[in-house]
Amino acid sequence: MTIFVDIGPLDAIPRQGARVVKTGQGCVAVFRTMDDQVFALEDRCPHKGGPLSEGIVHGTLVTCPLHNWVFDMNSGAAQGADEGHVRTYPAKLQGGRILLDATLIRARSAA
Amino acid sequence: MSTTVISRKKLVVIGAGMASGRLLEQLFEAAPGAYDVTLFNAEPRGNYNRLMLSPVLSGEKTYEQIVTHDDTWYTAHHVDCRFAEPVTRIDRKNRVVYSNSGGAPYDALVIATGSAPFIIPVPGKDLPGVVTYRDLEDTQAMMDTAGKDAVVIGGGLLGLEAAAGMAARGARVTVIHLMGHLMERQLDPAAGYLLQKDLEKRGITVHCKGATKAILGNDRVEAVLLEDGTVYPADLVCMAVGIRPEVRLANDAHLEVERGIVVDDALRTSDPHVFALGECVEHRGQVFGLVAPLYDQAKVLAKTLLDQPAVFAPVQTATKLKVTGCDLYSAGDFADAPGREDIVFRDPGRGIYKRLVLEDNRIIGVVMYGDTNDGAWFHGLMKDATDIGPMRDTLIFGPAFQGGAAPDPMAAVAVLPPEAEICGCNGVSKGTIMDAVAGGACTLDAVRACTKASASCGSCTGLVQQVMALTLGGAVADAPAGMCKCTDHSHEDVRRLIRSMGLKSIPAVMQELGWKSVGGCHSCRPALNYYLLAEYPLDYQDDRQSRFVNERNHANIQKDGTYSVVPRMWGGVTTPAELRAIADAAEKYDVPMVKVTGGQRIDLLGVRKEDLPHMWADLNAAGMVSGAAYSKGLRTVKTCVGKEFCRVGTQDSTGLGIRLEKLMWGSWTPHKLKLGVSGCPRNCAEATCKDIGVVCVDSGYNIVIGGAAGMEVRETEHLASTPSEDEAIRIILAVTQLYRENARYLDRIWKWMGKVGLDWIRAQVVDDLENRRALVERFEISQSVYRRDPWADLSTPSETPKWAPLADLTLEAAE
Ligand SMILES: Cc1cc2nc3c(=O)[nH]c(=O)nc-3n(C[C@H](O)[C@H](O)[C@H](O)COP(=O)(O)OP(=O)(O)OC[C@H]3O[C@@H](n4cnc5c(N)ncnc54)[C@H](O)[C@@H]3O)c2cc1C
Ligand code: HEM
Ligand code: SF4
Ligand code: FES
Repeated sequence: MTIFVDIGPLDAIPRQGARVVKTGQGCVAVFRTMDDQVFALEDRCPHKGGPLSEGIVHGTLVTCPLHNWVFDMNSGAAQGADEGHVRTYPAKLQGGRILLDATLIRARSAA
Repeated sequence: MSTTVISRKKLVVIGAGMASGRLLEQLFEAAPGAYDVTLFNAEPRGNYNRLMLSPVLSGEKTYEQIVTHDDTWYTAHHVDCRFAEPVTRIDRKNRVVYSNSGGAPYDALVIATGSAPFIIPVPGKDLPGVVTYRDLEDTQAMMDTAGKDAVVIGGGLLGLEAAAGMAARGARVTVIHLMGHLMERQLDPAAGYLLQKDLEKRGITVHCKGATKAILGNDRVEAVLLEDGTVYPADLVCMAVGIRPEVRLANDAHLEVERGIVVDDALRTSDPHVFALGECVEHRGQVFGLVAPLYDQAKVLAKTLLDQPAVFAPVQTATKLKVTGCDLYSAGDFADAPGREDIVFRDPGRGIYKRLVLEDNRIIGVVMYGDTNDGAWFHGLMKDATDIGPMRDTLIFGPAFQGGAAPDPMAAVAVLPPEAEICGCNGVSKGTIMDAVAGGACTLDAVRACTKASASCGSCTGLVQQVMALTLGGAVADAPAGMCKCTDHSHEDVRRLIRSMGLKSIPAVMQELGWKSVGGCHSCRPALNYYLLAEYPLDYQDDRQSRFVNERNHANIQKDGTYSVVPRMWGGVTTPAELRAIADAAEKYDVPMVKVTGGQRIDLLGVRKEDLPHMWADLNAAGMVSGAAYSKGLRTVKTCVGKEFCRVGTQDSTGLGIRLEKLMWGSWTPHKLKLGVSGCPRNCAEATCKDIGVVCVDSGYNIVIGGAAGMEVRETEHLASTPSEDEAIRIILAVTQLYRENARYLDRIWKWMGKVGLDWIRAQVVDDLENRRALVERFEISQSVYRRDPWADLSTPSETPKWAPLADLTLEAAE
């Protein structure tokens, strides 16, 4: 079972936008879609390290701001001809608060 | 009448609303003599159908028609009616409830007090003329608004029914809604847009993203003031921003209360003699706002009161808005989530939108607008968790439909009125083209020859062909490619349709033009955002989330995720004080590189995102604004020193450059826009490879356009010459506006010029003085909005924290 940690209110993220959370395993981008779903992805594009948190969010996809690779936030998989995978983390919404997988508090070595 | 009086158990009910009304019906039917019932109600009347207040408000029904239980009914069931007698206290120890006229003992007590409307705590909320929408008194106040101004705060179900009802009574109604689209809890943006359009057709003004700051007035309400400064006059204000369970009595009696009065599956509260049902309860963490589950509760509670086992299990409820002519339907969960898929159907011509959300081949959510006939069928499939795999392809067309045609991509063109302009260059309307086709012009060349439609820049060719195809009833040659995979319409078509159909938001464009995806993509969203802000500078609210990172963050992102900051230096001129402020900022924020750019200003490279607003505030304090070195908009105006210092200079090129930059900064353009002004043909400012250049000569100013010095290197071409600096400026503003209004997103001027031709541009901005004046005026209107510094807007105390991480878990104790 996943244990969650509260990282802030939903309102802190604009619709179709993202905010970054610093974690023991690097920066995680927490996205909010047009219809208030939240997703958490590693904030590092597998292509050349672009910050996905700065990408354009459309539906449940996000486009990397550096060279336009597109990722499905459900699976972290690159779309179309590009091949690659971004790590995803459990995240959910509860009573207007965003909850993130608490294991992210720990450093990667300990995980 | 019966004379056998056995001492029956006493049931006291607090609240004569929809839930308790149904409970009494169930109880009297199952066991007519089980209880002596005393019924308290705060309202001076018995049970009526609260849902039907909206038809009463709009005049479609009278109050008498919506009464559920009248005096005869209560008498027949020996109910002791204590109407207009609010209960003030429950004495649980002695099992007595009290009103101001005395007590009533009970063996069993039912609390059914419903909800209380939520009042937003703004100044003026208590002024006479401010009402909510809950009971007959509220309804009567709103019925009295004919010819008056009414403001409804809240664009959910209740607010919109109130608004439509008052509009039907002849009031001038404005709806203020906090969120980006109406009924955001039930509808997605596309359906919300259609709803807004239908309400606007009834003369209702809708103001989304509007936060109420205060209700104004002396002795009674006079107006509503929003945070953004808008003021709407109001003779009546209806607050419909939500409800909360009415739990005060239960709280005072120390029953277990969370959001609502906590009840178990049998609807018993924490006291075994006290029961509750309706909107005042909370069951397994859930509270209620629609009647369907309350009726189920009534059934269960009737059994519980008769000592029969029964369990309440809420079912999903669908929502319909009761505004005649606005058909919408929403049920289930329609948010995106892992493993979910959408089936979307749009018929722009008929204003229809349907969306099904699927998970594991089962429907889990339905949103429909315009045509809701199949709602119940979808809802049935959803409730039964039917595997829709076998009918998936045709599911969206409903039960009657198996294997039909795909939606018509030409629908948007089909619904255009005959006077809609198709060819902007030559002012040719749809009707004119249809007449030409009817008169025998059945090839594109023939239509061009007799109407001139698409005969100039040609960018409307696709639309002209579609009009011809509609008229002829078949396809006419190939139309240009769609702007991206989300649509078959070309950039030019989309732009023209935005104009002729008056589309003012991204959801509006996507709906009316039949977008195939739910939220567009990274290629169409920035383009649409630009087209809309260029078309409707005063109405359109820039959508930051539809912008590329640089324009969203007002800085250039670097390959390592840091940013560069370039303050504006008007015409490349700076001062020691500015340089000092730049140097200070560079040191304060540890800027790894300070570089002079090719655009005659200074670049601070490698700034961390969270430092941006602080650095901007420092630079703002020294009088500097954003250089927009990141924008598809005005970048720099590069100048030479000109005749002020240079021994061969002919005009004040520096001064002209500064004037131009001060007029044009902040403007958004289809692609980046760089200017240069040289003081003589030696051209030290390299003006002849800029988008727009000025080369000064003894006799005045040569204006040149269409240069480039990127992957493509091109020399500018001569547009006009004038002896007057003022006229040079007007021509430059006019050509900029022409470019803004006509070029495809991401076309530089040279590319656009290649499509429409320099001659056409010259005819518009040099020869046609009236048109030039109009273009300059439209540019000025737009600049009245956009000539402002984004850095100042974004370095405020409320914005600055948003640039930092949302949370830092590395600081949390690892446990
Ligand atoms: C205008 C309008 C339109 C609606 N449209 C729909 C719709 O289309 N579909 C839908 O499903 N739902 C709709 N609803 C919601 C629906 O009406 C409610 O869900 C339902 O009425 C709740 O029933 P209830 O018995 O819990 O509360 P109510 O019907 O509100 O009854 C509670 C009663 O208790 C009384 N009361 C409160 N405190 C005390 C006290 N201390 N002493 C004595 N009496 C007290 C109140 O005066 C009230 O009469 C609408 C509501 C409104 C206002
Ligand atoms: C993907 C394409 C491009 C990238 C990433 C890019 C990047 C940059 C950067 C980083 C700067 C410095 C300004 C700053 O740091 O904010 C800059 C400025 C400049 N670029 Fe480019 N550029 C691009 C395309 C072009 C093209 C096509 C041209 C020529 C037509 C061009 C001409 C210039 C000039 C003249 C400047 C100086 C302007 C100023 O001071 O703002 N660039 N560009
Ligand atoms: S362009 Fe002409 S006026 Fe300007 S600095 Fe060069 S030589 Fe002097
Ligand atoms: S770094 Fe993301 S697409 Fe290149």
